[in-house]
Amino acid sequence: MKLTLHVWRQEGPNVSGRFETYVLDDVSPHMSFLEMLDVLNERLIAEGKKPVAFEHDCREGICGSCGMVINGRPHGPRRRTTACQLHMRMFDDGDELWIEPWRARAFPVLRDLIVDRSAFDRIIEAGGYISCHTGGVPDANAIPIPKPAADRAFDAAACIGCGACVAACPNASAMLFVAAKVAHLGSLPQGQPERYRRVRRMVEAMEQEGFGHCSNHYECEAACPKGISIEYIAQLNRDLRRAALVGEDVLP
Amino acid sequence: MNLDAKIPAGPLEEKWQRHKNELKLVSPANKRKFKILVVGTGLAGASAAATLAELGYNVHVFTYHDSPRRAHSIAAQGGINAAKNYPNDGDSVWRLFYDTIKGGDFRSREANVFRLAEVSANIIDQCVAQGVPFAREYSGYLDNRSFGGAQVSRTFYARGQTGQQLLLGAYQALMRMVDAKRVMLWTREEMLDLVVIDGHPKGIITRNLVTGELRRHSGDAVLLCTGGYSNVFFLSTNAKNSNVTAIYRAFKRGAGFANPCFTQIHPTCIPPSGDYQSKLTLMSESLRNDGRIWVPKTPGDRRPPNEIPEHERDYYLERLYPSYGNLSPRDIASRAAKRVCDEGRGVGPGGLGVYLDFSDAIKRLGRDVIEQRYGNLFEMYERITGENPYEVPMRIYPAPHYTMGGLWVDYNLMSTIPGLHVLGEANFSDHGANRLGASALMQGLADGYFIIPYTLGHYLASYPKREITTDHPEFQRIEDEARARIEKILNANGKRTVMSFHRELGKLMWDYCGMSRHADGLRTALERIPALREEFWENVVVVGTGSELNQNLEYAGRVADFLEFAELICRDALHREESCGGHFREEYQTPDGEALRNDNDFAYVAVWEYTGPDSSPRLHKEPLVFENVKLTVRSYK
Repeated sequence: MKLTLHVWRQEGPNVSGRFETYVLDDVSPHMSFLEMLDVLNERLIAEGKKPVAFEHDCREGICGSCGMVINGRPHGPRRRTTACQLHMRMFDDGDELWIEPWRARAFPVLRDLIVDRSAFDRIIEAGGYISCHTGGVPDANAIPIPKPAADRAFDAAACIGCGACVAACPNASAMLFVAAKVAHLGSLPQGQPERYRRVRRMVEAMEQEGFGHCSNHYECEAACPKGISIEYIAQLNRDLRRAALVGEDVLP
Repeated sequence: MNLDAKIPAGPLEEKWQRHKNELKLVSPANKRKFKILVVGTGLAGASAAATLAELGYNVHVFTYHDSPRRAHSIAAQGGINAAKNYPNDGDSVWRLFYDTIKGGDFRSREANVFRLAEVSANIIDQCVAQGVPFAREYSGYLDNRSFGGAQVSRTFYARGQTGQQLLLGAYQALMRMVDAKRVMLWTREEMLDLVVIDGHPKGIITRNLVTGELRRHSGDAVLLCTGGYSNVFFLSTNAKNSNVTAIYRAFKRGAGFANPCFTQIHPTCIPPSGDYQSKLTLMSESLRNDGRIWVPKTPGDRRPPNEIPEHERDYYLERLYPSYGNLSPRDIASRAAKRVCDEGRGVGPGGLGVYLDFSDAIKRLGRDVIEQRYGNLFEMYERITGENPYEVPMRIYPAPHYTMGGLWVDYNLMSTIPGLHVLGEANFSDHGANRLGASALMQGLADGYFIIPYTLGHYLASYPKREITTDHPEFQRIEDEARARIEKILNANGKRTVMSFHRELGKLMWDYCGMSRHADGLRTALERIPALREEFWENVVVVGTGSELNQNLEYAGRVADFLEFAELICRDALHREESCGGHFREEYQTPDGEALRNDNDFAYVAVWEYTGPDSSPRLHKEPLVFENVKLTVRSYK
């Protein structure tokens, strides 16, 4: 396959970037998208040019490192698929591809396609956990959890923290990311004592980081490689309202 | 080199408790005065850092990722073992211990493995309390499944994403401590070297991956939780950035390296599809619960699988190992796959593959049940290969996956450098010559949550506290060395890319030190690796500078260490004149091709000591003493 790539190149956070165009003549349909970028980079290095910086690690769709906007869509055209799991057979010979970093105020570009997503860590830091310390906990089977609740918690916990939801949202909101963690822990009995405190603190942290608010575009769900449902945002909003009404120190 | 493993006296069942009773403590008021440097944020690193911070230590954590949650533990699929005996199928601490010792082909320490089995149950309790969404039955209680090398169901799982959920649990516990200001988190900060002063690790040198700045960090103890080195093979199931640098640098600073040749080749991975291949993808061992492995009986049979009638198929694992069948341990299953492919019966491009077939299970249980159990794995397979495994059998082939070898540690997880502790895959301690499925997660979390919090205090209380600041000349010296290496790479100005060197090294290692090894091949590798390394330093090309975000420079540093370390693996493989677990020497096999162990001469841990750039590493031996189990020929027939 022959492909024309327009890749966003930017030296650092404080300089402006631009698209540069590269033509690849010999792309195999069995390559992954990142392997295609590897091939481009090997060529650039051999030509004495700086390779395209992009984040990647597991290349199995689970670490959440990779992320780029491909032809206007975070992680590219295939639904529920990270960029590393996207294969070139999804494209046609002669295609033109526009490859850009996540674009959001809270995710400054560090170089080329790499952005700083540490804001996500700070949101988790604000309350995305159950405050139990190591040791002194009951037997695992002492807390029976109905299977549907456990499954629901799991579906939310499947978030890989890649940031595609933010990149897809017209408001650059991190609501789906926050809601996934709130719903994961809030669906489990162990997560109840801190349920309202958690939601309030996490949403506050999200606002402080400069993410926008949710105005129900549903783009996040469509872009999410793990198919996290926007229903969780509804759950978050219910918890947030209740926290405001009755305070955060009551039991649900 | 002092290899006293400090195994506590007394009966096996009482050793850990006795040891805990005797370990020295650090008082709560004093803990915050100790600064602990934890390198790596996978299961071992994150769980250790969180727990030590909860206890009151001043913890600094380092990861080269943008977030601690990216560590490669996240990719573990199948599950985590624990001797809970919830299914009432006869499991016990003893059985988990015995299965692990036997699975490791009797090349691990009894006391360590027993302790691992003992604390396994606590791990599950801890993770559930954190909110890890393990699979459950309709009763609301936890579900278990079977895994290779065991005849009981003791594996807890969270769909095919157990590692992810466990890591997120540990990551969240860690972030809670960051919020409490008890952990200082350093992201995009890669450890380049260890600073040892008067025999104790007093700090590390790191490079900030965004600015390129080299930094000095001093501390009272260093914990390396930096994972394994399967990427020495270039193609492996490890994440692209996983590397040996931290533990190899520690080796060069005096830590003994144990059993480097014990590497695990996982039987069920997606076969490579072309020479652009950048990594291999694991298909969880749990698939072997319901998938049946087969190849055509006739060599060269190129018919599509659905046209090969039942009687012309060879379900070779079920035939060769009837009592364990498709759930034979990894080393056994991998070698069997290699054998049938060597006979010309492999399937797919190049004949490098065997079928993993779910059609019987789908007939028996229905597609829904299979989807419930393995949906995400089937989806992943389909994405990568473009084939639908509900309709055509998966094609799988072995790939480097895990490394049992690592830095030598005593019972307290302390290396031969007092104060340098090593946790998780980075140490050698519990899996002998072969690790059983679902035991890596168990070990990483056991080390981090339940062992190091006890043993670290003992070290700290045993030596007088010595304040060393980063102004110490040794910090300057090591930092200068790290800077010189970076400059040397940048100034090589050659013609070959880092990746091409890595690929060549990987191919060499796979051909001569992979699934089966022979003295001649190992000698060839030992001749060719130094030549490749020499070429690397003369002819490598890295574009850009050291004072910016430069991924290719990071990669070059890691490959440079692999190019030295590969030699150590081959040397160890050459010296171990027996076959055991993942280490298969063609010269030492039974008439039917099984591994032939030599307990008289090789029942020891091989520990290598660095002796300088121009001399060979020195071999030391820690004899393995078996007081509770009888060494038997490992049979899964």
